[in-house]
Amino acid sequence: MTFELETAPHPEQLRRVAIDPVSRVEGHGKVTLLLDADDRVQQVRLHIVEFRGFEKFIQGRPYWEVPVMVQRLCGICPVSHHLAAAKAIDMIVGSRLTPTAEKVRRLMHYGQILQSHALHFFHLASPDLLFGFDSEVARRNVVALAAEHPELAKKGVLLRKYGQEVIRVTAGKRVHGTGAIPGGVNKSLTAEERACLQADIYHVVGWAREAVDIARRLHESNRPLYDGFGAFRSSMLSIVAPDGSLDLYDGHLRARDADGQILLDRGNCSRYWELIFEEVKPWSYMKFPFLRALGPQAGWYKVGPLARVQNCDRIHTPLADAARREFLDYGGGRPVHAPLAYHWTRMIEMLFAAELIKDLLHDDDLLGTDLVATGERAERGVGVIEAPRGTLIHHYRVDEQDQITRANLIVSTTHNNQAMNEAIRVVARKYLDGRKLTEALLNHIEVAIRAFDPCLSCATHALGRMPLAVELVDADGVTVDRLVKGDAPASC
Amino acid sequence: MLSLQPPEDAAPVLVLAVGNPSRGDDALGPLAAQRLAALGLPGVDVLTDFQLQVEHALDLLGRRRIVFVDATASGEAPFALAALTAAGDTSHTTHSLSPAAVLFAYRRLTGKEPPPARLLAIRGHAFELGAPLTADAAANLDAALAALVAELQAGAEQGDVQPLPA
Repeated sequence: MTFELETAPHPEQLRRVAIDPVSRVEGHGKVTLLLDADDRVQQVRLHIVEFRGFEKFIQGRPYWEVPVMVQRLCGICPVSHHLAAAKAIDMIVGSRLTPTAEKVRRLMHYGQILQSHALHFFHLASPDLLFGFDSEVARRNVVALAAEHPELAKKGVLLRKYGQEVIRVTAGKRVHGTGAIPGGVNKSLTAEERACLQADIYHVVGWAREAVDIARRLHESNRPLYDGFGAFRSSMLSIVAPDGSLDLYDGHLRARDADGQILLDRGNCSRYWELIFEEVKPWSYMKFPFLRALGPQAGWYKVGPLARVQNCDRIHTPLADAARREFLDYGGGRPVHAPLAYHWTRMIEMLFAAELIKDLLHDDDLLGTDLVATGERAERGVGVIEAPRGTLIHHYRVDEQDQITRANLIVSTTHNNQAMNEAIRVVARKYLDGRKLTEALLNHIEVAIRAFDPCLSCATHALGRMPLAVELVDADGVTVDRLVKGDAPASC
Repeated sequence: MLSLQPPEDAAPVLVLAVGNPSRGDDALGPLAAQRLAALGLPGVDVLTDFQLQVEHALDLLGRRRIVFVDATASGEAPFALAALTAAGDTSHTTHSLSPAAVLFAYRRLTGKEPPPARLLAIRGHAFELGAPLTADAAANLDAALAALVAELQAGAEQGDVQPLPA
């Protein structure tokens, strides 16, 4: 099926604007905008190359290698892939995790959420939010924030450092950790490690509270901007705990419609394909998932912090739950669909993760020695986890020789595919009419993309950078205007 | 942990190599780090990661010199070794920083100039998932490592590191 503005009636009569982050290798995005003769946006498509090659890459490998191998898929959220794969392999080895194993894994996951959300808010989103979309680009970069808000930037870096220390302690190494293994973990915490993390956790909780407050005040300072920018209505999908509370590590699938009514609840993660269909479209490498029960027209949804915070019934940590209720009050009893609200809800989740870490660090099970459990062997395993950017699904089949014969991954960027297209369409309609490409046009598109922070090229990064280019191409394919940013080589 | 104080055990020289070991020639950085670490140079810390991020500015604390090592998809072969200047960065994703931006982040976070830094950019040719290192890249790595060791030995003359045994 197609959506409004996705496929114009007579595309041959349109000119094309392409926004193309030119990647060297794999994993790049491109936005194409087709304008009509009156310079109105008629067609918008966001293209992102998905990592389908990885699923081939993993076939034929023994299942016990998978939790370690999958970390090489993403340099930003390797822990999420590590844990989703480990959960899937748990099913294959028939494991019900020991208390120590589950708590060590949860601690690892909360460290990942903390460090990823801190990076996004303090060093990607904050320059936009604090300086404004129309401010000069030099002020809206990752490190310019530190120049004008040194304490804010410092806290962002230190929050990220703390999260990474949690990962190092639980996964064994700062990068390429091996902590989660089939059926459990290969280490627990020592008393010294726990004491080290406990020493700073109250600062972390305090800084996370400050971040939530910053995000809330920004929204309240300019409601028309924050509520309206790129806003579109959609359903929302996430996992929730059996009692309906927010749970980022385990639970069942729940979806709400755009009005907040529950569409699907207690969905079995291990049979996700009965609930979610991955549609292929000829113009995109990335699939378009939708809820089978609603079909492709109405069944698409958004995932990630904005969906999770509104999909759950409550949060079991007091500060984050108070922040959630404040957010719901802001919405006036209706779901908030503004993409910029991702930033606010991201901070609520960061506070949630900080509180969970604080609580877990008082649990002696973290120091336990019962690390692994196995049971009846199965041929299929599915692991679902809420990664920083949204629901992450790993699905594997193994043969009698313990080798992977089939793998299917649905990453958060794939879940959000249609949602990101919608956000860009709204922005394009408002800001991209006209024949001249400007920096401001590109900025607004980038702000919409940044709210979701899709994985574009996280599996490799070799020097060369990822420029973002805007091209204006006529119906014959001739480029009539082009705008590129971010392609200057590193100073050397 | 949550401070900008340098760790007491920070070696004077940091070699910070980045790359994904599973993506063909993107493994040049991690392989360089692996081989350099095996030499056990006193006074040299070797770190590796998938890509650079803001927190790597903290790894620069307490150092006298920094060498970034990375694969390059379009630079000169076999490698380029040049001084690096702090510079701001712009991006539409969280997914990486340039070495210059890490230095810039250090300056902004600490209020001090970052340690002198060099960038060793090793030319790679193929970056497909699951691909092995290409023969050309392997040769480039040999040449680059020789230059890197020479660079570190030059540093030894300045008292940063101990010279390699003959």
